Amino acid sequence: MPMEITPTATDSFKSQEYFINMGPQHPATHGVLRLLLTIDGEIIKKVEPDLGYIHRSIEKMCERDSYQQIVHLTDRMDYLSSHINNEAVCLVVENALGLEVPERVKVIRTIIGELTRIASHCLWWGVMGMDLGAFTTFFLGFRDREMINDIFEETCGARLTMNYNVPGGLMLDIHPNFVNRVKKFVAHFKTKIPEYDELITGNIIFQKRTKGVGILSREDAISFGASGPVARASGYSCDVRKYHPYSALDKVTFTESLKTGGDTLARYEVRIREMWESLSIVEQLIDNIPEGDHRVSTNAVIKLPAGEYYQKVETARGELGVYVISSGTKSPYRLKFRSPGFSNLSVLNHIAVGSKIGDLVAIMATIDLVIPDIDR
Amino acid sequence: MTNEGLQKCINGWFPEQEAGALEFTEEGSQFLNITVQPGQLHQLMWQLKSDSETHFDYLFCLSGVDWGEELGVVYHLESTTHRHIAVVKVKTGDREHPVLDSVCDIWATAEFHEREVFDFFGITFNNHPNLKRLFLTEDWVGFPLRKDYEDEVNMIIK
Repeated sequence: MPMEITPTATDSFKSQEYFINMGPQHPATHGVLRLLLTIDGEIIKKVEPDLGYIHRSIEKMCERDSYQQIVHLTDRMDYLSSHINNEAVCLVVENALGLEVPERVKVIRTIIGELTRIASHCLWWGVMGMDLGAFTTFFLGFRDREMINDIFEETCGARLTMNYNVPGGLMLDIHPNFVNRVKKFVAHFKTKIPEYDELITGNIIFQKRTKGVGILSREDAISFGASGPVARASGYSCDVRKYHPYSALDKVTFTESLKTGGDTLARYEVRIREMWESLSIVEQLIDNIPEGDHRVSTNAVIKLPAGEYYQKVETARGELGVYVISSGTKSPYRLKFRSPGFSNLSVLNHIAVGSKIGDLVAIMATIDLVIPDIDR
Repeated sequence: MTNEGLQKCINGWFPEQEAGALEFTEEGSQFLNITVQPGQLHQLMWQLKSDSETHFDYLFCLSGVDWGEELGVVYHLESTTHRHIAVVKVKTGDREHPVLDSVCDIWATAEFHEREVFDFFGITFNNHPNLKRLFLTEDWVGFPLRKDYEDEVNMIIK
């Protein structure tokens, strides 16, 4: 008599979906982000981010703080773009007051902003390599970023959360060594990006892990509000530096790096290209820093006229927006930060479904999330 | 398109008896501000996105605001083809059970942003696919970004 196959026995061979947690303490999430994965075998069916592990309610704190104090809160959001975040708040205050800052300030802000972008991309490149199993990149990326941090330390007095911008200009003038050290760095880094390409970009394992993985179409990039390199890799031209130039960015020429692939490799290539463009912007400005004051004086207590103000800037991750509703007092009535990471994170479920867990790590690496930027 | 052009175009969509429901102002803002009644929000938003003249396909900022008497949402819209910007505001006087229509079906980015507004302002969005707290825990009491929120333990007020 043949053995009877019970329904439960066949069921156990059917595919079954189940949950696993990725994070909050996972090296690939680069911070305290928890992803709830629904998986079938190794295929991802759904990614649901669970946020809030380091939410500090910066927007609520802003409602009691003065505008000078708010600048200090912003570099705790996307700490790799701290200078650019500070600049956004300073610009919104200066525009609201109708304050014209000296040319010297604009040029120095832009130079340091672009150096910040390079430093952020160096760190991203190092960590991305490590996520994919190439440990050397981590050291190379940090080696070059170290040179930028040393320059910042000398001029701003801090390496990461610089707070060099104040409403009305810069906290201090640049250090006498600044120009020389920046030039030295530019010359040095020009020999290093080809090294990055040699080591990783052409690597066959790297190509296989990234090509065609996590494809984001142009329409979806716009609909999901993606910005920065994530959106530009999908062929969506969205560089705030081009469309709404601020500080000295209207005086320089650079090409917006665009790719049409929309996959992980395209996002990688856009960032490598951006490092070249940032170097070019720094080169155009470093010999032409105008003489003048580094700051115009403002009232000790800044009160913005009642009304609404909006300022966008391009951080290393994309479009940062600062929306201020002022009622004419020393603190904003409401202040909203539109952070690039928050919108970029929302594409994750859309592009990761159907790929494997290993691919998710590669996708996360090129979306380049900084969690405090999401958990403001 | 200029702000005047936008205003004319948008007014053209609504028949005369409804036209008064929209308020336009540029005062105290660098953009054109459109205030809409909650009932017309979804229709206006759909038109703003789908009409080829306006084509606001990029919702770059969605903020909840507590105006004191009223709660509401401010939408910052940009067109990637025409590169013009407009701001849409919607307000509701019901602070107990504020309900607005979701715009998730028009812009995918609204899903996360509306969850954030729900989390911090307690505004419920109709037709939202997954409306639950985003940053705070499920058992959190109250909505911290409202002006009347009080938390004696965690808040330092000067």
